[in-house]
Amino acid sequence: MAPVLDPMIGRYVRLKIDGVDHRIYFEEAGPEDGGGIPLVCLHTAGADGRQYRHLMADPEVTSRFRVLAFDMPWHGKSTPPDGWEKTEYRLTTASYTAAIRAFCRALELDRPVVMGCSIGGRIVLNLAIAHAAEFRALIALEAADFQQPWYDTAWLHRPDVHGGEVCAALVSGLIAPQGPPASRHETLWMYMQGGPGVFKGDLYFYRVDGDLREKVKTIDTKACPLYLLTGEYDFSCTAEDTLRTAAQIPGAQVTIMNHVGHFPMSEHPAKFREYILPVLAQIF
Amino acid sequence: MSPADRFARLPDLLDADADLRRRGRWVTVDCRVDIGDQPFFLGLENGALAAFERGARLMRSSAFTVRGTDEAWTQHWQPIPAPGWHDLFALTKRGVASMEGDFRPLLQSLQFFKDLLALPRREN
Repeated sequence: MAPVLDPMIGRYVRLKIDGVDHRIYFEEAGPEDGGGIPLVCLHTAGADGRQYRHLMADPEVTSRFRVLAFDMPWHGKSTPPDGWEKTEYRLTTASYTAAIRAFCRALELDRPVVMGCSIGGRIVLNLAIAHAAEFRALIALEAADFQQPWYDTAWLHRPDVHGGEVCAALVSGLIAPQGPPASRHETLWMYMQGGPGVFKGDLYFYRVDGDLREKVKTIDTKACPLYLLTGEYDFSCTAEDTLRTAAQIPGAQVTIMNHVGHFPMSEHPAKFREYILPVLAQIF
Repeated sequence: MSPADRFARLPDLLDADADLRRRGRWVTVDCRVDIGDQPFFLGLENGALAAFERGARLMRSSAFTVRGTDEAWTQHWQPIPAPGWHDLFALTKRGVASMEGDFRPLLQSLQFFKDLLALPRREN
């Protein structure tokens, strides 16, 4: 019997981010005859590119798009840079932006679409602010210029609390109750697998360094279309947060997704599909 | 039935959930849960309720307390809670619940406690 294979293929790419050597893992799937509009997908804080596996297995998407999802440095199968053991991981607006642009350059992607979720959504807003001309379109999932914190990140990395379990337990409430249980728990499993302090380090960008209030007003959607989609059950980035952000950006298209929370692509792939296909249909 | 009356059935609900007791097998702690103005004292031992008392108790100590308004618990225990009422931290963020005390035992077993406090949802 022939093996049953998922369509995506995983590889490692060597590249420099801010002058530092990295070995980055990514998966991709696209049209059978090659080509396709590059669509780079950014995972949430403390997780990895597997969150997009359903999108990469959807022929209606991959018939027209070359979907690529890379694991951020320190995440998933991307190893941290040499000497990591002597540093405390902290993601910043600058380092995150540099990683995305380095990946797109290394893969020689021609004006890719970038879609990111949560911290990935926030950095997509920064790409729209600072580098719009490099991209064909930008899609921000669960994104806002700023969100009110709802817990103390100090609990995410300490020896007397299991990091993976507490990360998963905290974010479990961001998943909508209507999604399939298997998808809920697959989403949480990725959080349980994160390296020590990595989720906390990502949230440094989210909470401290990545405040985009005022800056989003400078986004020019004529230079690059911007789409914002947020799940109604996301109480971290609420619908109100996204609507407030979109209201400051002329031309931004905003959608509030029913029966979805903070992880639309992995917590409820079938529902997310209903919302993302009409967005992708507008991109050429 | 009042939210406190619903929560009073917690021992039976936990007894009926072998998986939750399995996941809570490391949990041994005394804690307090307020349903509106009704305090409940929970004595957890290895994930089971060794003690469960309703009402004020003089000088009773507990590691931590979780408090919520009657509306918070009523909404939280809907078969499918509305957005913003569906998680303990959604309730604290909107200001209808709070947590205080020693957070360590709570966060060491956070999913267990979230699921424990959501058990009355099953009795709809």
